[in-house]
Amino acid sequence: MSARAGAATAVPGGAQAAVEHYLGEHTRSAGSLPGAGTAWLRELREQGIERFADLGFPSTREERWRYTSVAPIAAQRLRVALPAPVPAPEALAPFLFPGLDAHRLVFVNGRYAAELSAPGSLPDGVHLDSLAQVLAAAPERARPALSGLALRTGFDALHQAFLADGVWLELAAGVALARPVHLVHLGVGAAEPALANLRTVISLGARAEARVIESFGSLGSGAGLTTAVTTVVLAEGAALEHFKLQEEAATVDHVARVEVRQGRDSRYTSHSVSLGGGITRNDITSTLEGEGAECTLNGLYMAAGRQHVDFHTTIDHAEPRGTSRELYKGILGGRARGVFNGRILVQPGAQKTDSQQSSQNLLLSREAEVDTKPELEIYADDVKCSHGATVGQLDADMLFYLRSRGIDHGTAQGFLTRGFAQDVIDRMSIDAVRERLERLVVTHVPGPESAQVSP
Amino acid sequence: MLEIRDLHVEVDGKPILKGIDLTIRAGEVHAVMGPNGSGKSTLSHVLAGREGYTVTRGSVTFEGKDLLEMAPEIRAREGIFLAFQYPVEIPGVNNTYFLKAAVNAGRKHRGLEELDAMDFMQLVREKMKVVKMKDDLLKRSVNEGFSGGEKKRNEIFQMAMLEPKLAILDETDSGLDIDALKIVADGVNSLRSPERSMLVVTHYQRLLEYIVPDQVHVLAGGRIVKSGDRTLALELERHGYGWIEQQGVTAA
Repeated sequence: MSARAGAATAVPGGAQAAVEHYLGEHTRSAGSLPGAGTAWLRELREQGIERFADLGFPSTREERWRYTSVAPIAAQRLRVALPAPVPAPEALAPFLFPGLDAHRLVFVNGRYAAELSAPGSLPDGVHLDSLAQVLAAAPERARPALSGLALRTGFDALHQAFLADGVWLELAAGVALARPVHLVHLGVGAAEPALANLRTVISLGARAEARVIESFGSLGSGAGLTTAVTTVVLAEGAALEHFKLQEEAATVDHVARVEVRQGRDSRYTSHSVSLGGGITRNDITSTLEGEGAECTLNGLYMAAGRQHVDFHTTIDHAEPRGTSRELYKGILGGRARGVFNGRILVQPGAQKTDSQQSSQNLLLSREAEVDTKPELEIYADDVKCSHGATVGQLDADMLFYLRSRGIDHGTAQGFLTRGFAQDVIDRMSIDAVRERLERLVVTHVPGPESAQVSP
Repeated sequence: MLEIRDLHVEVDGKPILKGIDLTIRAGEVHAVMGPNGSGKSTLSHVLAGREGYTVTRGSVTFEGKDLLEMAPEIRAREGIFLAFQYPVEIPGVNNTYFLKAAVNAGRKHRGLEELDAMDFMQLVREKMKVVKMKDDLLKRSVNEGFSGGEKKRNEIFQMAMLEPKLAILDETDSGLDIDALKIVADGVNSLRSPERSMLVVTHYQRLLEYIVPDQVHVLAGGRIVKSGDRTLALELERHGYGWIEQQGVTAA
């Protein structure tokens, strides 16, 4: 794979072949994608494929992709995922959170699966639906939200070129959604590597409140790429707690982007947990467009084997009195590689900004590697901004203490790893999510000995 | 129960223990006293299986088995318990959760059924009385934010839960005021039994007023230079370690 990968980026002919492949896919799929009869949507997809032809896949010569080579993705000839047979309901069980009472929407290979979904009854002022349904029923309504995405990379462009389905969540002013929304995205392996695109549009009116969990999982070990774009708009005083759990197969690559726009006194809290995938890249950007907005970004990534996980976050303080808190923790074993790039931007005039960032990493093997980089750009003078980064190993004294009580090495390692991750998990407000994550963290402990703990 | 024969131990190539011989029979309490740097803590750690110590000569058998061959967790499951001089704080690891794993690892090793949550909590409540442990300490992370006294109590509480055959108390008195010392010592005494042996490692005689040993050994320069009954501890208190070092020289 790596030989072909090199060809794809180094030789212009290789890049051209990739472009031709996706142009072919575009022609092949254009007529069958949701909303194919809607002119502006057709144009949007055409813009996407044209932009991809210009940009191609990002290269490590670009600063934002310096530590993340996507050559293995570029070398693949992904087929646009066609609607797959819907798996039996039992297949869904491993990806649910036991005890969670939620409005559930399930997607298989990027397409809404009504048979597996349970949206439940929704209060007045809440519009929750699949994007395909919105595009079928009232396409104009979706137009502004779908048209506004800046296509910065080839992945954004591909995403737009093959935009198919996803989620529409809209809350009217003053509505608080008591039960969380759980969005489950399942990839079903096919003979050929598949491209699945998911678009989530979240819009909360003034003082509206919601909690949204996005899960990404795989059935089987088929290869592929998931691109997910989530846009969030929070009006004045609105609050969103946004969870993401990425637990796809190691044969699946995952490139995701979250774009948040925060109004005055709004609160956005993100908990992004990345456990699966081969190459995983998350770009999370929040712009504090109104005074007094609060942004909290928590993250946890665990990688083993040859997994590669990359988080690029940006918090853009554009107005005064904004608060941001960021805590990212990484646990890396095997030959895994982690990247954390945390950019904090304080615009001129964003006085009284209060920002804290912390990136902490645990390396469980000699071959594991992490690149962690804070990026502070401060153009205002009356601000409080702090940042810190650590990279360390498991504490030998703690390990011995646990073993001296009869706990075997692997389990002790699991305890300490979970202990390291615990404060990220503790910040989540949903018990069922925390409980499942606590178990997942233990079973995902990377390294030569994986821990098995029965609580 | 425990037989140490001609034990030589090095740390970073530097000899620390230079030929220790010590036999502890079931039910006996032995005290090892010695000045700083005499090798007391090294002895405790070597018995518990800590890394970083090289045994260059000699043997340690525990109930007829070669102790030095065992991983630390196997030693613990076989019935060795080390009460740490400095109990380690482990953020994010719940005290109860950790203890349940430890208790069940030991039970499994001995062919017993693992305790379920209810039986386990019942055992916890019973054993907490041994050292007057407060409930909320169970809900916290292991030793995190515990006071010095709470940490030492937690060690003895763990000992009560794990019911070892041989308990090694490494300077359990250090950093304790007299009230805390009494609670800890009462806890230890309540755990004395004809089947359980103890090795009490201490710098000061004070602890031995509360935990009365059957035998006292004086460690100096990596060797046991004198052994006797509990009156030896009192003599040491009276004359100081300088006295024993002179005696050691005379004896050699």
